Amino acid sequence: MHREAVAGSRPAQRSVGRPGQDGMRVARMSGTATTGTSSTLDTLGRLESEAIHIFREVAGEFDRPVILFSGGKDSTLLLHLAVKAFWPAPVPFPLLHVDTGHNFDEVIEFRDRVVAEHGLRLEVAKVQDYIDDGRLSERPDGTRNPLQTVPLLDAITSHKFDAVFGGGRRDEERARAKERIFSLRNAFGQWEPRRQRPELWNLYNGRHRPGEHVRVFPLSNWTELDVWHYIAREGIELPSIYYAHTRDVYLRDGMWLAEGPWGGPRDGEELITKTIRYRTVGDGSCTGAVESDATDIEAVIAEVAASRLTERGATRADDRLSEAAMEDRKREGYF
Amino acid sequence: MSDLLRLATAGSVDDGKSTLVGRLLYDTKSVLADTLDAVHRASADRGLTTPDLSLLVDGLRSEREQGITIDVAYRYFATPRRSFVLADTPGHVQYTRNTVTGASTAQLGVLLVDARKGVVEQTRRHAAVLALLGVPRLVLAVNKIDLVDYDPVVFSRIAKEFTAHALALGFTEDAVVEIPVSALAGDNVVERSARTPWYTGPTLLEHLETVPVEPDPHDAPFRFPVQYVIRPRTAQFPDYRGYAGQVAAGTVRVGDEIVVLPSGLRSRVEGIDTADGPLEEAFAGQSVTLLLADDVDISRGDLIAPADSRPAVVDEFDATVCWLSDKALTPGARVLVKHGTRTVQAIVTELRTRFDEQRLASTAGPDSLNLNEIGQVALRTAEPVPVDDYARSRRTGAFLVIDAADGSTLAAGLVGAPLPELDGVAGDARADNHALVSPGP
Repeated sequence: MHREAVAGSRPAQRSVGRPGQDGMRVARMSGTATTGTSSTLDTLGRLESEAIHIFREVAGEFDRPVILFSGGKDSTLLLHLAVKAFWPAPVPFPLLHVDTGHNFDEVIEFRDRVVAEHGLRLEVAKVQDYIDDGRLSERPDGTRNPLQTVPLLDAITSHKFDAVFGGGRRDEERARAKERIFSLRNAFGQWEPRRQRPELWNLYNGRHRPGEHVRVFPLSNWTELDVWHYIAREGIELPSIYYAHTRDVYLRDGMWLAEGPWGGPRDGEELITKTIRYRTVGDGSCTGAVESDATDIEAVIAEVAASRLTERGATRADDRLSEAAMEDRKREGYF
Repeated sequence: MSDLLRLATAGSVDDGKSTLVGRLLYDTKSVLADTLDAVHRASADRGLTTPDLSLLVDGLRSEREQGITIDVAYRYFATPRRSFVLADTPGHVQYTRNTVTGASTAQLGVLLVDARKGVVEQTRRHAAVLALLGVPRLVLAVNKIDLVDYDPVVFSRIAKEFTAHALALGFTEDAVVEIPVSALAGDNVVERSARTPWYTGPTLLEHLETVPVEPDPHDAPFRFPVQYVIRPRTAQFPDYRGYAGQVAAGTVRVGDEIVVLPSGLRSRVEGIDTADGPLEEAFAGQSVTLLLADDVDISRGDLIAPADSRPAVVDEFDATVCWLSDKALTPGARVLVKHGTRTVQAIVTELRTRFDEQRLASTAGPDSLNLNEIGQVALRTAEPVPVDDYARSRRTGAFLVIDAADGSTLAAGLVGAPLPELDGVAGDARADNHALVSPGP
């Protein structure tokens, strides 16, 4: 995540276009714009302060919070903000990864290294375990993202987690545009749009009954471009697969998929070596790569800014399942 | 100039609000190809020949089936000049609670009317709610101007009527703008229309890009609700004790004399810490950690304020509440009040008035407040709370009313917050207050 991040040390950072370079600075934690006599936070500064406020609010009001952490870019950003919120104390929450078993090796290695660097505890709930003992069965299309719901809810129940941080953003998908920052879930993990509480000012109501829990989305107001700009500004390390590399891929449903434990090209699908990168990191069986030469963050930002495809639509087969796919899955207790 | 504007939309379901928002997203190229494809496909499936832009924003299946919008949705779009966070609130009368929600963080409200109908009860209600919640600026989008043949007389009659209503609510003349638009045809939303040569003002987007955004007032008294005490107890930081929070109002500098409320203990700011290094000062909206000179007893729920400019610490106060629950409020109700980072038990001792947004007048001594009703109440809290008037500080004058039994949010509360009345004196006073209202980070 950072090049030298040990609990207690300040997160290492590159200064990217920030005013002043030495000694004490006004508002160094965020880009600030000075107009006349008063300075204001810029957009990234506001988003960062808001996310830190949300982390601290949960720490103050809940008994057993947990951060969902897969090693992907949004959860890496989430952890970076959590580190900032509690510095110089360590992050007071464990991490949870609901592992589909369809992983990219680079992401799992990165996940484990970051967890070790921060001296945090990672719980892993494995979809594979559920398939092995028959509690879940493989879907005909081979995708495992929809199978994450049951292991997630079981982990929440067995660890008695009462607040679960996710990296969801409202700009990702239309059903998410209605999502609260504090999203109440019933004992079955279900999200009912009509039961969500009005969310006013920056006063969050996290009260819940035993068995219920709250999903918390500190990145609610970030756009995909905000995420990338912030990652660049902070110098946050990401798994290498977010940047251009060569990989053997095959074309299915208009997406470039990689070979992996989930199988490979079927008859009629040809394996080709291409220079690609991933915009999102999910279940490898349904996460498509995009052709790209973007080998560094500036090139990625230029590509994202110019892209005419939203993040999910371009690369996630599971969101194409139906027009209201995300709404259905949230009702089931998925994020 | 601020690079972020938070706005809230409100209007009746049939006035074309989803189409207007869809048009803003579509014409600012904030809609990406696959989303657009999905809309084109869904429109074609419904037998439409042009894309139905409302499909860009009506996200839930239940909404699409019923052709309505439920709940607040947040949209994001940007132009080279500004980023926008748009709280899209449904216009049904039974969803006033959503307007309150969207307005609570908005710096500008966009109201929509149908040019054929003009200002209706709904419009008046929404404008009153925006005024009450301290939204500093209003835009009236007079939509479907194509259906009245782009008639300047119709537009100017509606604009005049709306301006008069807004002034009665305490808005200043320069804070209210009316724009003739057709969301369906695209007139004056993003593209200037050739069919309204009589209109010389900005398009809706031009106005949103250039309207001044009142920054959080830095000269307001400093307010800092303590969220969390940071105590690493590590070898490297054995004695570190920092008070984490987000500056709710004003500015704090190293060396400032402060008081901790409600205890009244005094100390001095020894340092302002962040993960990126120490600061000399911090201002409204920033999340920081304060280090104090003395080892005083401070915990979550306390408020740090300047020693010489502290809020009133009270256990009885008057407030305006917007009732958001279908369980009615009756005198004597026992509730929880969440103010800043402190949650205390409270009793609603008296219902003083119920506000009629239509008549802009209040009825004294109602026997209950029901869903979507707004009224003034008297509260008594089990512990003293440090409150500011909402009209002076949106962040420290706001509170939630919570049901202790099931945890649901019952009401939005505004300390003091006199309701707008149609007599000039109250109106003038509110106009002054608007300049002091902080839109919050």
